[in-house]
Amino acid sequence: MKANTELFRVFSTVLRREMRVSFASWGEGLNPLLFFVMVVTLFPLGVGPEAKQLAAIAPGVIWVCALLAMLMSLDGLFASDHRDGTLEQWVLSGQPLSLIALAKVCSHWLRTGLPLVLMSPLLGVLMNLPAATLSTLAISLLLGTFILSLVGAIGAALTLTVKQGGVLLALLVLPLSVPVLIFGAGAVQAVAEQRSALGQLSLLAAGVMAALALAPIGIAAALRVGVASGD
Amino acid sequence: MTEGALLQANDIITWRGETCVLDGVSLNVSHGDVVQIVGPNGSGKTTLLRTLAGLALADEGEVYWQGAALHTLRAEFQNELLYLGHKPGISGVLTPEQNLAAFLQLRHAVPDQNALLEALHALGLGERLALPCRWLSAGQQRRVALARLALEPVTLWILDEPLNALDVNGVEWVVSQIETHAANGGAVVFTTHQTMPFNTVQPIRFKLSDAVLGS
Repeated sequence: MKANTELFRVFSTVLRREMRVSFASWGEGLNPLLFFVMVVTLFPLGVGPEAKQLAAIAPGVIWVCALLAMLMSLDGLFASDHRDGTLEQWVLSGQPLSLIALAKVCSHWLRTGLPLVLMSPLLGVLMNLPAATLSTLAISLLLGTFILSLVGAIGAALTLTVKQGGVLLALLVLPLSVPVLIFGAGAVQAVAEQRSALGQLSLLAAGVMAALALAPIGIAAALRVGVASGD
Repeated sequence: MTEGALLQANDIITWRGETCVLDGVSLNVSHGDVVQIVGPNGSGKTTLLRTLAGLALADEGEVYWQGAALHTLRAEFQNELLYLGHKPGISGVLTPEQNLAAFLQLRHAVPDQNALLEALHALGLGERLALPCRWLSAGQQRRVALARLALEPVTLWILDEPLNALDVNGVEWVVSQIETHAANGGAVVFTTHQTMPFNTVQPIRFKLSDAVLGS
C-alpha cells in the first residue's frame, strides 16, 4: 500500500496540471456556463413572463439546463489527453489510474460544475423562485453536478475512441443522471412548497459518496481499454 | 525462462481482426542491452513495443518482467519503465517545464528544478522555456518529451520512433543518452527507420517479418 502522502502527491500533481491547462484555455471552459445562462434565459421569453408560471417550472428548468451544460462539457473530457499521448503516460505512470482519474474529474467539476452552482441563485431570481429556495437550489446543484461529473466521466472514458462520440455519451449518461435530476429538482420544489428538502439532499449526498467511491474505478478501467485499443 | 533476463516476451501472438500482426514473437532483454526492433512498415513494431510496455494486451503469450508475469506486478514494472510512443504526451497549452514537471512529480516525487532546466538547455530549448508547447515545432516538442530520458532514473526505456522529426543534433543527443543508459546497466528497446551513429554500443537487431495475412 502506498503511503498517503504519495497518493496525495499524485492527486495534487494531476489536479494542478489540469487547472493549469484549463486556465490556459479558459475560453472553452466558459462555454457550459454561457450555455446554461442562455438556455435558462430563453424560458421566460418562450413561456412568457408570468411570474407564477415561471416559478412553477423553475426548479425543473434550471436543473435540466445544468444537466445539459454538464453533458456538453463532458464530450471532450479525455479527448485531448488521448490525442497528445498524455493518457498513455498516465496509464504507464506506475501510479493508481483511478486516483489520476479522480483528480481529472475534480478539475473538470471545478471548471464547469462550480460556476453553474455559483450562477444558479441569479437564474433562480430570474425565474422568480422564492428567495428561500435559492440556497437549496445551489446546494442541490453543488451535490448534483459533482455526481454528474463523476458519472459522466465514465461515459467520456467509454466513448474515448468513438468518433463523434457525443451522442453516444448522452445516451449512456442521461439515463444514469435521471435520479440526480429527480432529487435535485425535487429538493428545490419541496422548499418552494415549504416542506423540508433534507430527504432529497441527503440522497444526493449519498449519491456523491457512492459515485466518489465507485466511479474512479470505472473510469480507470474504461480508460485502460480505450488506450489499449490504440488510436 | 531465461535466467537474468530483465524483460522477456514469450510467443506473443496478436491479431487485428483477420490479420495476425505478431506471430509468435519471443524476445529477451537484459541489463545493458540495446535492442532495435527492425522491420518494414506494418510489420508490428509499434504493436510489439506497446505489448512489451503493457499498454496493449497480447492475444496469446506472456510478457515477463524480472521473471514474473507483467500483469502481476504492473506498478513495480511501470516504476522502472519509461515509454515514449508516437504521441509525445506533451500538452500544447503548457510550457515545456510545466509538462515535464507534471510527469516527474507524478512519478518520482518533487522534481529537481536544476536538472530539469539543464536538460531543456542541453536540448536547445533554453530560449523556449516560457512558450506553450503548441508554439514549438514538431522536433522541439519531441525534444521536450525526450528530456525525460535524462531526468527519470528508470531501468527500461521503450522508445517508439524516438528520432521522428529530430535534426542531426537531436539524434546525436538521443544516441549519447542511450549509450550512457546502457553503460549504466539500463536496457533500451527502440524502433527507428533512421541510421543511428552509435559509438560505444552495438544494438541487437531484432527483425520482424512482413505482416502475415490471414493464416
